[in-house]
Amino acid sequence: MSVTKRRDDRRAAWWFLAPVLVGFVVFYGYPAVRGVWYSVTDYTMLNTPSFVGADNYTELARDGEFWHSLLVTLWYVVLNIGSQTVLALGVAALMHRLTRSTVLRATLLLPWLVPNVTVGLLWTWLLDTNLGFVNHLLTSLDIGPVGFLTDDTWAMPSIAAINTWAYTGYTALLLYAGMLQVPQYLYESAAIDGANEWRMFRRITLPLLRPVLALVLVVSLIGSFQIFDTIAVTTFGGPVNATRVIYYFIYEQAFRYFHMGYAAAAAICLALILGVLTAIQMRLLRASRSDLA
Amino acid sequence: MRSKNFTASRAFAWVVMVVFIVVTVFPFWWMIRTALTPAADLYTDNASLLPHDPTFINFTRVLGLTTEAEARAAGGSGAHINFARYLLNSIIYCGLIAGFQTLFCAMAGYAFARLRFPGRDAVFAILIAALMVPPIFTLLPNFILVKDLGLVNTMGGMVAPTILMTPFAVFFLRQFFLSLPRDVEEAAILDGNGPWGIFWRIALPMSRGPLITIGLTTIVWAWKDFLWPLLVGRGEENRLVTVALGVFRQQSPNTAPDWTGLMAASTLSVLPVLILLVFMGKRLVQSLNFTGSK
Repeated sequence: MSVTKRRDDRRAAWWFLAPVLVGFVVFYGYPAVRGVWYSVTDYTMLNTPSFVGADNYTELARDGEFWHSLLVTLWYVVLNIGSQTVLALGVAALMHRLTRSTVLRATLLLPWLVPNVTVGLLWTWLLDTNLGFVNHLLTSLDIGPVGFLTDDTWAMPSIAAINTWAYTGYTALLLYAGMLQVPQYLYESAAIDGANEWRMFRRITLPLLRPVLALVLVVSLIGSFQIFDTIAVTTFGGPVNATRVIYYFIYEQAFRYFHMGYAAAAAICLALILGVLTAIQMRLLRASRSDLA
Repeated sequence: MRSKNFTASRAFAWVVMVVFIVVTVFPFWWMIRTALTPAADLYTDNASLLPHDPTFINFTRVLGLTTEAEARAAGGSGAHINFARYLLNSIIYCGLIAGFQTLFCAMAGYAFARLRFPGRDAVFAILIAALMVPPIFTLLPNFILVKDLGLVNTMGGMVAPTILMTPFAVFFLRQFFLSLPRDVEEAAILDGNGPWGIFWRIALPMSRGPLITIGLTTIVWAWKDFLWPLLVGRGEENRLVTVALGVFRQQSPNTAPDWTGLMAASTLSVLPVLILLVFMGKRLVQSLNFTGSK
């Protein structure tokens, strides 16, 4: 009885798994292998790729534009993650102590639901040097106008601010979900002891939120390193390379100059950075499970 | 004394919250307000909170409902734009991916959770390892693959990499199926149901919540997709809303962009997710609790 049942399972199981396994092999496994192969060839999409050893990698190491793009990406990540995390933590803490309104939460989620491309266009218009509403406000205060997206010192902070606007609500809701797991009685007994809100936040919320915060931070970091959409509709990598991030660099190498092999090598370098971050994320995921069971 | 102080700080907290909400919502209002403004007024009226002379012409022209001459007169660049088409493409794209991916991943998740077969844990471990592969790594080879298969500029090529699976959905749904009580399924086995019967009649109906969560999250991500559909679906007939917005922006002259048209098109790209938020807001908000680890 049990033997026949097991045999039945086996046959059914492969049918259950067939679509996922095909998808996995064709669009994850096979391309991953091909990506590694391209990175050691001179492939241009028009020629037959031939093996060039580590040439692409040594050239990358010497390529100023590649290092510049990494540096620019890092600058963006610092600006974006810094402001986004602090703001989201503040908003989450406020929500936690003020209200559980679903309408409010849905409103905060709105910018995240909108395509990055739309967000980019919206803010290109709001930040327009001559006609934008933000510069209208600034000039009425006798400041500016500021070329937010056209001045090379302002461009990257502006992009970071735009994406902070788009992702703060989402991040805040993730942190808020973590805060809801903190037992309510801790706050009640702290209030009896006369602790003020700031003290409760410092002594109760923040320490107990740490695993969730760490996880959210790593997820945001991984996303932040992959910024592309917003730049592709606002500054197109300019002015003067000020916003030419690593994703944009890879995109242009592959699809503007058709240096497929070179782009694949750069993609692997980025994948390694992201791989380290993802490994940390997996570890934190396990840690956060055990802490907030 | 203490309670008075308390209310004062609460009031202050509410003020901060309201400021934050205004900053969140205002750009959307400005988008709609600009979309309702006649292009000719753009230079004279760029600060009032309501358009002086509201018009729907920007919507009708980006939806392709006006003649080219009318569109040009209302501020268009003369390039052919048809957002009705692009919206439909995006809806088809999201529907295909969300529907099939959720079904296929539920099937696999169920098999990993409930069926017994050799190599189960090894296969699952390999699948989960794919969670660590960043999209950029497979993007270029996948493009070349789709190109070699002759699927560039087809809906098939656009949905191909995501319609069958994502590792996260398999992982998430397996976790859920593991948590289902076994006794109902065992009763169904005694009634003579095979694995398929149990899956369709018992497991799927019991997992409506998680299936909707995964489906909704997939819809949102698919709606936001840009780089892949830009590479594979740039052609007019399969162009998605996001890609069309990017193209529209680049066609628009840099010196004097067609802002009223762009904002009308942007409004159209927000409208479907706004509807989703109004009807499914609660579920979307709750889904964040599950998918925070994505």
